[in-house]
Amino acid sequence: MSDDVRKVIIIGSGPAGLTAAIYAARANLEPLVLEGEPSSTSDQPGGQLMLTTDVENYPGFPDGVMGPDLMQMFRGQAERFGAELQTVRASRVDLSARPYGVWVGDPDTAQPTHRADAVIISTGAQSIMLGLDRETDLVGHGLSTCATCDGFFFRDRDIIVVGGGDSALEEAIFLTKFASKVTVIHRRDELRASKIMQDRARANPKIEFRWNSIVVEYLGDSSLTGVVVEDTQTGERTSVATDGLFIAIGHKPNTDLFKGQLEMKDSGYLITLPDSTRTAVDGVFACGDVQDDYYRQAITAAGSGCMAAIDAERWLEE
Amino acid sequence: MAEGITTLTTETFDEEVGAADGAVLVDFWAEWCGPCKAIAPVLEELAGELDGQVKIAKLNVDDAPDVARRFEVMSIPTLIIFKDGAPAKRLVGAKPKAALLADLDEFIS
Repeated sequence: MSDDVRKVIIIGSGPAGLTAAIYAARANLEPLVLEGEPSSTSDQPGGQLMLTTDVENYPGFPDGVMGPDLMQMFRGQAERFGAELQTVRASRVDLSARPYGVWVGDPDTAQPTHRADAVIISTGAQSIMLGLDRETDLVGHGLSTCATCDGFFFRDRDIIVVGGGDSALEEAIFLTKFASKVTVIHRRDELRASKIMQDRARANPKIEFRWNSIVVEYLGDSSLTGVVVEDTQTGERTSVATDGLFIAIGHKPNTDLFKGQLEMKDSGYLITLPDSTRTAVDGVFACGDVQDDYYRQAITAAGSGCMAAIDAERWLEE
Repeated sequence: MAEGITTLTTETFDEEVGAADGAVLVDFWAEWCGPCKAIAPVLEELAGELDGQVKIAKLNVDDAPDVARRFEVMSIPTLIIFKDGAPAKRLVGAKPKAALLADLDEFIS
């Protein structure tokens, strides 16, 4: 461990964490950013944008920008102002006494790896899986957690996307570049996606919708060959053959690390004080999707990351 | 090309991997895959640290889709560890360095 107490540690490196890093570094707070570790879920350095392609709604990029490229630029900007970025995962935090402790690696060591006066939490959210039998085994064998990574392998195949929000339709539209047909399976009879995404999806001749339906079982031994779909109205079950399945049914916040230490909603999202990024614990701030189950945009995450750095700076001056 | 990492093509695959003695880790990747980019520096480090023990190679699936099909790669990054020319272990998805090292342990001479 180090005896130095840092001014601020930022946990997480999506748009919120890296914006907080840019502002904190420019305010001479010499932030340490624990970026996270490589993974094929969105719980990775750079966050959810690492699994996207074209980002069309981030201001300043009239022609769009690739998600991973955008995050590379965020990272470069934070580095330029002296933020220290470490590609490691925080394994434990102690927010019960100041300075706060943050562990990397073995969480059972007595002393924390790092200590800091203020902690900014920006661990984001990751996509939810269906939770069916053999799900983990089938990832990479017809079941995908990353449409942009795996769409390429489903050229001229029939595939299924589960979900009804913007991310589901975005994936479905992206996948029509490769697949011969994309069936969107949704548990309701209407979509919660934005109007523009709905219009695009409905206008796409390769996309079909299967309403009031849920996937209840995976079929196939070593790789996925189909799914059992249940009609939510009648309870009737049918087998549907498919070469690939992509799941986009929503997100859960990455807050396991903070259980019992910070206030959360029943859904696990961190609670911040109104119009602020402050949590109920002095000197601990939360920004981005880890505390936002409503807007969940790159730009709102970046905005709240800026707020967290300013809130932390003012709190440190108090 | 990164130092220590062999870049494979359809033409060189059988010679560099199929005919190789010992362990070769092949990273199936593509330019448009975020998690693939994330593990690229990890593989570079491994290539340096495991020099002479495990050969680290990468294959761009855009350039060599036939090889990807041959090994039924349906998700990237996929890392296949070949032992004496035959696939011995398959790792799907990006992982941190410590996890990769643990997966490689049995192949490290």
